Amino acid sequence: MLRVELVVNGQDVRRDVPDNMLLSTFLREEVQLTGTHIGCDTTQCGACVVSIDGETVKSCTMLALQANRRSVTTIEGIANGSELHPMQRAFSECHGLQCGYCTPGMVIAAIDIVERSEEPLTAARVREELKGNLCRCTGYVNIVKSVLRGAELMGRPVDRV
Amino acid sequence: MSYGRAPARIEDHKFLTGAGQYVDDIRLPRQCHAAVVLSPHAHADILSIDPEAARKMPGVIAVLTGADVVSDGLGSVPPYILPIHWGGPPAFTTLRPILISDRVRCVGDRVAVVVAETVDQARAAADSVVVEYRVLDAVTDAEAALAQDAPIVWPENEAGNRSVTLHLGDAEKTRDAFAAASHVVRRSLESPRLAPAPLEPRACLGMFNASSGQFTLYTSSQDPHGCRKTLAGVVFKVPESSIRVISPDVGGGFGLKSHMFPEDAIVLWASRRVGRPVKWVGTRSESFLTDTQGRGQKVHAEMALDAAGRILGIRVQAYHNLGGYFWATATPPLFFSLRLIPNIYKVPAVDLTTHAVFTNLPPMAVYRGAGRPEATYVIERLMDAAAAEIGMDPADIRRINAISEQDMPYTNVVGFTYDSGAFREMIDQCLDAADWNGYPERAKQSAARGLLRGRSITSYVEIAGVMNERMELRFDPSGTLTILAGTHSHGQGHQTVFTQLVSGWLGIPQENIRYIQGDTDAVLIGRGTFAARSTQLGGTALLAAKDEIVARARGMAAIMLETPAEEIDFDHGLFRVRGTNRAVPLQEVAKMFYLPAGPVVKLGLGLSGQGTSSGLPGGAPNFPNGCQVCEVEVDPETGMVKVDRIVAIDDVGKILNAALCEGQIHGGMAQGLGQALMEEMTYGEDGQLLSGSFMDYGLPRAEHMPDITSHLLEIPAKTNPLGIKGIGESGAIGTPVSVVNAVLDAVRSRGVDDIGMPVSPPKLWAALNAAASGQ
Repeated sequence: MLRVELVVNGQDVRRDVPDNMLLSTFLREEVQLTGTHIGCDTTQCGACVVSIDGETVKSCTMLALQANRRSVTTIEGIANGSELHPMQRAFSECHGLQCGYCTPGMVIAAIDIVERSEEPLTAARVREELKGNLCRCTGYVNIVKSVLRGAELMGRPVDRV
Repeated sequence: MSYGRAPARIEDHKFLTGAGQYVDDIRLPRQCHAAVVLSPHAHADILSIDPEAARKMPGVIAVLTGADVVSDGLGSVPPYILPIHWGGPPAFTTLRPILISDRVRCVGDRVAVVVAETVDQARAAADSVVVEYRVLDAVTDAEAALAQDAPIVWPENEAGNRSVTLHLGDAEKTRDAFAAASHVVRRSLESPRLAPAPLEPRACLGMFNASSGQFTLYTSSQDPHGCRKTLAGVVFKVPESSIRVISPDVGGGFGLKSHMFPEDAIVLWASRRVGRPVKWVGTRSESFLTDTQGRGQKVHAEMALDAAGRILGIRVQAYHNLGGYFWATATPPLFFSLRLIPNIYKVPAVDLTTHAVFTNLPPMAVYRGAGRPEATYVIERLMDAAAAEIGMDPADIRRINAISEQDMPYTNVVGFTYDSGAFREMIDQCLDAADWNGYPERAKQSAARGLLRGRSITSYVEIAGVMNERMELRFDPSGTLTILAGTHSHGQGHQTVFTQLVSGWLGIPQENIRYIQGDTDAVLIGRGTFAARSTQLGGTALLAAKDEIVARARGMAAIMLETPAEEIDFDHGLFRVRGTNRAVPLQEVAKMFYLPAGPVVKLGLGLSGQGTSSGLPGGAPNFPNGCQVCEVEVDPETGMVKVDRIVAIDDVGKILNAALCEGQIHGGMAQGLGQALMEEMTYGEDGQLLSGSFMDYGLPRAEHMPDITSHLLEIPAKTNPLGIKGIGESGAIGTPVSVVNAVLDAVRSRGVDDIGMPVSPPKLWAALNAAASGQ
């Protein structure tokens, strides 16, 4: 057991955890934030994507210890109180989700794609960048629309041609 | 009524904020965890099971085996539906024990279960359960399993590995049709086994309450009432009222979660044994090993045509790979893979046969489409083969064979009556929408880049509306309305659709209507959701529930308005005295039903309404249908296929919510594209699984999917009062063959006129090279 001290969605969290505990397990079981989902055991699906110090990671690929002294944002920390993040609104507006299981990872990955994009965002770029996130329900058409719409709502340039 | 394009889903907010509640998100006080010991062999006798080492492992609470299942008197699980229920012959069907103690028949058969304090402890101890096996020869191919010397999966089956053979049609008439034909085309085709692979793996959490003798099961099910029925009637042999099954948010189903799995029983049983709630959550690797799979059919098919390209007859010999058990929902794919073969065409004669065969693979069951994609793959491959042989345009051969609108209602050669549809018009619309005539120019551009371009046009038909359904509407004393749904939404957006309907009918704002589903204690009975049935059957039942509410409330309104009921109209949520402005809102009327005295004494306490609808058997199904045009580019240097465009037109009957319809179509098409190009459960000859994770089993990703163009055609169904046709599966039905035919069109000029699914780059590259070298 080792002590980790980190910030999750703005809250200080201190726990003693086994040294082999995955960050995804830590978030779900220790902090009881269950919005971070687990859909595979090979880091393929992206349902567990969270943001650490502004960088997205698959939380099933990282130990809780590796997040020590860092700041983690999960899907529960994306909205501003009761006000949804523009990307969350975009997903709803564009019907970018069905069963909702991949959605937390999708939303966090989508925000990251928009924030990292230096050129106007295109559908092709979004498809390329979303390759780490699987969705079995939507066929991605509306997810791609959502990310582009989210970029617009975030005030970023979008190239729809 | 607020039909048509609708605002965002009510469901979305919780999912977008991480507030959804899936089974693994639920944590009960004192809960512990189960891990299941799975057979590593496809076919073996169990000689001994030694749980002692596992029992001594840290945190272990119990290790249970098949011997404990027997000593506790738990029943084994039969198939959910048998062929005789659907008018077929008797089959050799099998029971599946909760844990196997004598012989395993597939890799992943459940042998023992460990219950421990933590998941990790349970899994570690499961690895320490010592099972001694005598390995037997395995058989994995359905056709090979019928050979005289094939290993026998069920020795007590007098028909060897054959479970049942289904026949349809008229062999003699079909023989005559072939004798008279100008053209005959033949193909051997296969729809490989697929993993349904919802993103949420199967999960369950069971609790036995010793003080009440009640079981509670949280499970990721598409059909909680069906799950309860099997658990109560077959496994535990207790009244259904002793078991409460709750399906909370469910992360996709696609047919996989439409029947009970052994783990559902295991967690309840283990909870009764250890006196604590027990949770089991499948890993993805475990899902690949233990989930039921879809498709799995080999077909030898031939089609006879006259000189003008008109179909004279179709003959099919097919083999379904059941796996080690005839189990779960294996029956529907057997029937639908034959009965949907005539598709939208006038086919005078058919001779269709499928053999359902045991092998040493995991059990086959329904997966989105359940037989319809297999059927469509057969006829649409034959149609393109025929067009190529005769030298016809693939659109023309479909147009001349399509049933025309004037022929409706049309009863086809297998006895399906299509109530409505505009098949030829849909073909023309789809060609227009896809710029069919602009294709030569695009092909030239592709060629300039060294790519082979190909296209296809595909017609498909679905059958929707199985089994009956029940819905209830209930006002509470404050005048708030609740829908209690017998269906189960696990991504489809039922809360939005059903509250939208009720809101329109009763004039109550959507946000004031509560929606309850998936809890057998709250909902009297329901069939859950699969086979594109929910809006049609649930909506029809809801309409009847609404009618009952209005009829009962009218009596109260008459008293409140001091006017005879016959002179009161109901519209926009108001009961109004005809020709006047004297009106009272429904919600005020509802409150009157809860007063402790007054007119309620005469009219009965409480206002609720219930409605039912009857599907198959007993009611009429309907036939959602569609047309797709697909264009692909093939890179002959690598065998890579890029789907450049895909256009779908779907007749969904009355459109309740266009966005949700299109969402279902997109999702189905992605699964269809996956089937065509990358998905396949693969096994070694010894029955060992080779595609056991998302690293080896290709689910389509965003980069694989084109930007789908989807149009809806609104031709109301005549078989239900709302005019709805199902939409849940259409995309998955047409797309596999749509993509494969486009690929074949692209490579036909290079001498490749046949290829199997999935059309992976190495397979296509090899076919191109073989053709080039004249092999």
